[in-house]
Amino acid sequence: MTAVSRDIAVVAFAQSDILRTTEEQSEVEMLMPVLHDVLDRTGLKTADIGFTCSGSCDYLAGRAFSFTLALDGVGAWPPISESHVEMDGAWALYEAWTKLRSGDADTALVYSYGKSSPGSVRDVLTRQLDPYYVAPLWPDSVALAALQAQALIDAGDTDEPALAGIAARSRATDNTRAQLRGSVPQGDYVVRPLRTGDCPPIGDGAAAVVLAAGERARELCPRPAWIRGIDHRVEAHGLGVRNLTDSPSARLAAEKAGAFERPVDTAELHAPFSSQEVVLRKALRLDGNVRVNPSGGALAANPMMAAGLIRIGEAASRIHRGESDRALAHATSGPCLQQNLVAVLEGDPR
Amino acid sequence: MPEVLKAPLVVEFPFTRSLGPVQSAFLTGLRDRVVLGVRTGDGRTLVPPVEYDPVTAEEIRDLVEVAPTGTVTTWAWNHEPRRGQPLETPFAWVLVRLDGADTALLHALDAPGPEAVHTDMRVRVRWADDRVGAITDIACFEPYDGDAAQPTGHSGEFADPVTGIVAAARLDYTYSPGRAQTAYINALADRRAVGERCPACRKVYVPPRGACPTCGVATSEQVEVGPAGTVTTFCIVNIKAKNLDIEVPYVYAHIALDGADLALHGRIGGIPYDQVRMGLRVEPVWTEGGRYPDHYRPTGEPDADYETYKELL
Repeated sequence: MTAVSRDIAVVAFAQSDILRTTEEQSEVEMLMPVLHDVLDRTGLKTADIGFTCSGSCDYLAGRAFSFTLALDGVGAWPPISESHVEMDGAWALYEAWTKLRSGDADTALVYSYGKSSPGSVRDVLTRQLDPYYVAPLWPDSVALAALQAQALIDAGDTDEPALAGIAARSRATDNTRAQLRGSVPQGDYVVRPLRTGDCPPIGDGAAAVVLAAGERARELCPRPAWIRGIDHRVEAHGLGVRNLTDSPSARLAAEKAGAFERPVDTAELHAPFSSQEVVLRKALRLDGNVRVNPSGGALAANPMMAAGLIRIGEAASRIHRGESDRALAHATSGPCLQQNLVAVLEGDPR
Repeated sequence: MPEVLKAPLVVEFPFTRSLGPVQSAFLTGLRDRVVLGVRTGDGRTLVPPVEYDPVTAEEIRDLVEVAPTGTVTTWAWNHEPRRGQPLETPFAWVLVRLDGADTALLHALDAPGPEAVHTDMRVRVRWADDRVGAITDIACFEPYDGDAAQPTGHSGEFADPVTGIVAAARLDYTYSPGRAQTAYINALADRRAVGERCPACRKVYVPPRGACPTCGVATSEQVEVGPAGTVTTFCIVNIKAKNLDIEVPYVYAHIALDGADLALHGRIGGIPYDQVRMGLRVEPVWTEGGRYPDHYRPTGEPDADYETYKELL
């Protein structure tokens, strides 16, 4: 294998409706229509795909090795070249991107799914925390986001009305796949200062994209969304070590992905809590000229493990449709924007 | 379509974790009502202390005692405490920078209400009565309006350090097996084995999972199979499982039910363990009220020809 440098593009994106519960479906039953949809958009069959990579988390539904059952939906026999990350599908896409960059494959199928409905996701997410000093206290995901929100309010970066404005703008989307749309009351405090409206809906869903390299991308898509750069970075794990009002890791990932070389017209941010959009806008230097989260973002639909991949898919779809020429897509993982991935996507000049 | 099946599922696990030297000193200190931090190469004091510098990744071991008093750097009012959290009454989550430290520790603050909490307020540690060498040896923080407490000058050396923790975890789920497996389990309650056929390759999967793993398409056509089948392969179990009232040795086998293209597994009974063989014809044995076959026993038919099941091993 020789290392080659070549352009990789997102050529198709599909997602399920994001629903509060999908109890009538197993994970593979929920995922399979999305896989068929994304392949249909390119005319490819499973056997045509060079590399398959998925992202999911067994803890969400409490089902061990669920990703191996999900592979049934791909049609993985005879054996395919395949990998899995116990992370959001955006990181599965990163792995697939490196595989295509290396010249090992020309096409990749990336998918991810999350079924949060069987469990209590606020509690499930405590299990990803430092097991010595933090997890024994069971601080749930809303509590940690609320600590970050209060720090932002204390710093004068935002206030409750501004957070409500972010929530309302997000849910004013025309995205029919979204779980929460239209006028949604801000509601009561969940963990103060965050109200119901500042928190993402809890839902089940799946997403998939197809990546292709070079000329193959042009054959499969009239206007491929070229990945000009992609990078991911992580903060120190101790919450009390970090400045929660800033995101140096998101800024560094964006810099390495080339986001600051030229302005973007669209940004799809994975900010599960309204307050986190404040942090990301600052770190990613997004001004009023950038259209932020036309899809509604994670406040409109936040299927765990898929919401980050959906940001990349939504940004790419805008380029496919000619609604964007240069877009930034962001994915996050962990408490208070612990880990951040940034991709810069471009369409060919029109 | 009948209603999908649902059942409670509790996943519970105690993790036994060993501690690094810095973690051990910190948690042993809490047991002895001493709060230790660790000094980084550039002179900052980290509390809670870690084994490696979060910026440089340098190994750090220079322990330094800090005060049990400090300042809130941010807070969040939790009016509905959840299972496992430090207090059962409403409290504030806080990050506290202890006097002498440069970083903050996450814990709970016991306060009468959100009006009584603000960033920069002074707090002190409330120690738990029973301390074992864990972060929960700090019961919580409480408001404090005095001066910074003075460290005792502890060296960070302990005669009987804590070397590990047991971290209990429990997560509660409501499990649903989905459409295909619900249909399978419901049929099984009527003592019937019902699989699903792939519309593309025509294979019948038992138990069905809703998708054909070869073709990657949904299965939906239901096909009753069995009740008899063929042992395709087997093993002899010599280890007695916990909570299982079966004498060892016994045989556990892959069984291809007649009409199925996937073998399921079950225990073989009604025949000495050393007489079970590939190709043996078996049928299910049900017990009163059982929702699945207790085991399979020989039918007495001649053994199946290898050619008929060689693809189902």
